[in-house]
Amino acid sequence: MDQFISFALQPEVFLVWTSLAKTLALLGIILGFVSYTVYAERKVCAFIQDRVGPNRVGIPLTLLGMKKDLPFLGLGQPIADALKLLLKENFIPASVNKFYYYIAPKLTMIPPILVLAVLPFGSSLFGVPMVIANINIGVLYVFAVSSLGVYGIVLAGWSSNSKYPFLGGIRSTSQMISYELALGLSVIPVFLLCGTLNLSEIVLWQRENGWMVAPGWFKGLTIDQVLHPEAWVAAFQAGFSWQRFWIWIPMLISFVVFFIAMFAETNRLPFDLPEAEQELVGGYHTEYSGMGFALFFLGEYAAMIAGSGVIVTLFFGGWTLPFVPDGSSPSFFHLAFVPGWLASLIWGLVNIGVFFGKVSVLLFVFIWVRWTLPRFRYDQLMKLGWYFFFELALVNIFITALVLAYVK
Amino acid sequence: MPLVLFWIFAILMLAFGLGVVFLRNPVSSALSLVMSFVALAALFITLDAFFIGVIQILVYAGAVMVLFLFIIMLLDLRGEETRRLNLAAWTGGGLVVAGFVGLLFKVVSTQPGFDFPKPPISRPEISDVALVGWTLFYKFNLPFQIIGVLLLVATIGVVLLSKKELK
Repeated sequence: MDQFISFALQPEVFLVWTSLAKTLALLGIILGFVSYTVYAERKVCAFIQDRVGPNRVGIPLTLLGMKKDLPFLGLGQPIADALKLLLKENFIPASVNKFYYYIAPKLTMIPPILVLAVLPFGSSLFGVPMVIANINIGVLYVFAVSSLGVYGIVLAGWSSNSKYPFLGGIRSTSQMISYELALGLSVIPVFLLCGTLNLSEIVLWQRENGWMVAPGWFKGLTIDQVLHPEAWVAAFQAGFSWQRFWIWIPMLISFVVFFIAMFAETNRLPFDLPEAEQELVGGYHTEYSGMGFALFFLGEYAAMIAGSGVIVTLFFGGWTLPFVPDGSSPSFFHLAFVPGWLASLIWGLVNIGVFFGKVSVLLFVFIWVRWTLPRFRYDQLMKLGWYFFFELALVNIFITALVLAYVK
Repeated sequence: MPLVLFWIFAILMLAFGLGVVFLRNPVSSALSLVMSFVALAALFITLDAFFIGVIQILVYAGAVMVLFLFIIMLLDLRGEETRRLNLAAWTGGGLVVAGFVGLLFKVVSTQPGFDFPKPPISRPEISDVALVGWTLFYKFNLPFQIIGVLLLVATIGVVLLSKKELK
């Protein structure tokens, strides 16, 4: 037993099994998130359209001979949806290119899940940092992997060998290529400010200097500063500078461009031209049924979650929240009866909760926008991407550089 | 461990590279090239060159090849799949490849120190993104700026040429 523990604590072995554990845990959380985002989509949509939405599937007590089911607000709906999709016939049209037809749905699901590998989703638990791969080029990795996501859609459109899917695939390619430029350029101001591409370091920078969308606050807000307001005022005066104040403008522009480009990258309304129902039936997934269709459907939500995670990490401070310590904190509100390891465990879990809480808020915005705004016309979409967001992101880099160089 | 990874990705890269040549469907060829680029990027990453590896995926697999695929799909090249193979071209190509491989083997094996293991690459102190930036902006600043101007000229040229009505 002792031998086993000492083997498990060797640096390399420790890295392997902790990474595996983190990967499995994150995958579980994310897949749960995906299915409940679908449920949230239906519920929010129903609320916006003044309907009730799914409210029946709960715990089926009648199956066990009781008088009434427990509906639980329809929270069992994702399970019923998944069962329906799994049991449906997987119909394959005769004229498709079989190999690519099979592989395309998988290709749309993989990139968003690979993106999660570099997102710091918490501070640390038992001293293990809550990020699967802490690499120095985190953001570039995110862009590289998500740029591969377009292949799934293109191949689906092409291999279906049918006109509407093909048009959807072509539209999607040009849309994703166009908005990738704005997406990539819009985050350069963030790196100019932080001086690093490492997502964990960007989160730590934001904890010290304020979130990118509100960089006005001051050296590390902690619980002790609530208890001693004069220390807070002193920290504010020491940390304040006009540069911090003016840099807010380019950071907000950067956030808005990134956020809108993310809508285009995930093919969500108002940019869902690749699957515009009125023009293209179902777009690139028209010819798919059963689990093939489900993978496209869930891939879209996985991309939304990964995108929200990137936005939270870059602009909303990741797992940090003002006055909440990280997982290395040994005290829980200075209470004597809470031992140090329990306090760090609680704060570590709180940090993870904060990250997923922020992601949920952004997901709500994604859904809210979908059921509120009408769709763009295709030429408007392209014009907006090339003539407006691309230039805005480019100019924004210069504004940031000017502020950083001339305002002290 | 890196050696195992090297063999896995080297074999993958070569296999997909062969796929580019041997597969008769143009879309399959283009996608094999994408996979070959991804495996090449993995090889860069096993050498700790994260930046180069990721740029390889971002630029070649993510942007250039998407455009390739786009064009191939729009052109709908069906002729290639049914084309008969030409025996003379095959033998000629095979001879050239065999000669080239022989030459390469000769050059590499006569290189002094070929059979000695090389010392490991020393790892720099700063991250490789910063290193690329330093090298570009301090050592090769002028060539870098000139390339920038060249690319700008090319971009303007493309915009001008693709305008519908030339005045």
